[in-house]
Amino acid sequence: MKTWRNLKDLIRRFAGSDVFFSFKRSPTVVAAFLLTLIFLVAAVFAPWIVPHNTYDVASLNLMDARLPPAWIEGGRATYLLGTDEQGRDVFSTIILGSRVSLLVGFASVILALTLGVALGLIAGYVGGVTDTVIMRVADVKLSFPAILIVLLIDGVARGVMPRDLHDKAAVYVIVLAIGFSAWIQYARTVRGLTLVEKNKEYVQAARVIGLHPILIMFRHVLPNVTGPVLVIATLGLGIAVLTESTLSFLGVGVPPTEPSLGTLIRIGNNFLFSGEWWMAIFPGIFLVLLVLSVNLLGDWLRDALNPKLR
Amino acid sequence: MAESPRPLVKVSGLARYFDVSAPWLNRVLDGQPRLILRAVDGLDFEISKGETLALVGESGCGKSTVARLVVGLYRPSTGSIVFDGVDMAGLGGRAEMAPIRRRLQMIFQDPYASLNPRWRVSAIVSEPIRAFRLIEGESKIVERVGQLLRQVGLSPVDGEKYPHEFSGGQRQRISIARALSSQPEFLVCDEPTSALDVSVQAQILNLMKDLQRQLGLTYLFISHNLAVVRHIADRVGVMYLGRLAEIGPKTTLFTLPRHPYTRMLLDTIPDLDMTGCKRTPVAGEVPNPINPPSGCAFHPRCPFANDRCKTERPEPKANETGSITACHAVEEGRPPAGPLPAAAA
Repeated sequence: MKTWRNLKDLIRRFAGSDVFFSFKRSPTVVAAFLLTLIFLVAAVFAPWIVPHNTYDVASLNLMDARLPPAWIEGGRATYLLGTDEQGRDVFSTIILGSRVSLLVGFASVILALTLGVALGLIAGYVGGVTDTVIMRVADVKLSFPAILIVLLIDGVARGVMPRDLHDKAAVYVIVLAIGFSAWIQYARTVRGLTLVEKNKEYVQAARVIGLHPILIMFRHVLPNVTGPVLVIATLGLGIAVLTESTLSFLGVGVPPTEPSLGTLIRIGNNFLFSGEWWMAIFPGIFLVLLVLSVNLLGDWLRDALNPKLR
Repeated sequence: MAESPRPLVKVSGLARYFDVSAPWLNRVLDGQPRLILRAVDGLDFEISKGETLALVGESGCGKSTVARLVVGLYRPSTGSIVFDGVDMAGLGGRAEMAPIRRRLQMIFQDPYASLNPRWRVSAIVSEPIRAFRLIEGESKIVERVGQLLRQVGLSPVDGEKYPHEFSGGQRQRISIARALSSQPEFLVCDEPTSALDVSVQAQILNLMKDLQRQLGLTYLFISHNLAVVRHIADRVGVMYLGRLAEIGPKTTLFTLPRHPYTRMLLDTIPDLDMTGCKRTPVAGEVPNPINPPSGCAFHPRCPFANDRCKTERPEPKANETGSITACHAVEEGRPPAGPLPAAAA
């Protein structure tokens, strides 16, 4: 009973807060939020939502392959957005695929963000040899294309693990690989911002009272460098989803039996010129809407969390 | 100066050098020597309890470095800072420093940069309280913050706001409230009013004076503004290129300045009586502290300089007026008593 009252109190406080006010004021943000919410809910509850379980190979019927969307002549009501060349329902594969894509996207962004922000803060705040070592490693890393690093990590994982284990662990390997190749952007941004912030007098005031450097970094500097990081993270989510799809296309991503959004676009791409546009266009639209709404949310969040712009 | 048995702060032979040379590889390739910037180069002064010592000087003379050294933001290259009988350089760990740190606080120059923009005022003001664990219990901390805000002329309700909702003067008040929250005895003020409007400057200075009276605070006041110094200081030290040119009680220094540099600075203060008079402008500028002039650093700008000034560094000597001056010319009685002749620079 008490926790319920606390929760109600919390909701009331949130409804009266400045952040919620700025949220209500912008219809674009509300739309982006709702869209993201729908995508997330769809991804999380995909197995209960989709009309056809496309992971179940036995239920597929090759006779139903390459059917157009339901409203076009030749389409069937049960296959709302048509089917692909294996007879899989496009709508169902999109929902199930977005699950894989979002999982890889979020997990790798969180990994890259944690790693990059921590290393950037340390490099910028501590300086000296620590800074040189971290940033030279980042420079070396930056001289390889990200996709090459991902291929390298994935290749090593393949070599080390037995095949069936790798199939199971493929998603985690990709998350690790994308995370490790994307941290540099965060680290460089955070380091630059930290160098500016650490010479400001509020940081020196904290040093005068003898606060531990770690506390200064995370309590004082970190809140003042999060703005651009948030924007990079939202853009990074899109990039991570695309990197994952590139990998899947190259055959080193997630297993083709459980395709991600990127895989669907790539497969559909092969049929674009033969007139079966729905295989590529619908996953494409879905991906665009997903990335766009997340980016809009990130942009708004950056402004809403900045007390100077309230 | 009234000699107390033990000064609260005693600085002796304080120096801080910065290595500003190019990176090692560039230096070796270009055959460049190491470049050492002597920001503070041998400083001695004492501050007794309840007193305000002001350090004045032109830009780049090392005033702010002294402030940072005294609060422990920089470590001195040589020399010692003794706070209430404890040598701060001898304290190693954070835990050893904490009791001293609680007793000295700093007020910064730029009120727009000295408050964390993401923190509410109450969090900013209570930070030292929490860091030193002075008060236990959230409600008591809130109460204390309200009390501190009232003490600096703000309202306890202001604690819920963010720094950007305040004007420069109000922010400086918040800064003072934060500095006072750990109940310090010694405040180092690095040009606390130079970023403020003149009318607000007076308010902040009066607040600082009131607080000094109420709480028995001791100030080290860094400024380039002689009018401000005249208002707040008990004693004044004039710095030139990392050294003290002259230090003495305020009245002595302002009425009977001995060092040619002090006299030059005082001549620049606008004065109603002097309207229409011909005044000696400050000639020349501060030399580069990386490559300071030989002997007395002031000799290229000094109207009384001779060969001795160019080779021999003057040591601080007490005058009969009560001030201490580092000048060969004063020692030898070279300068005439009247107004300064135009400086040869």
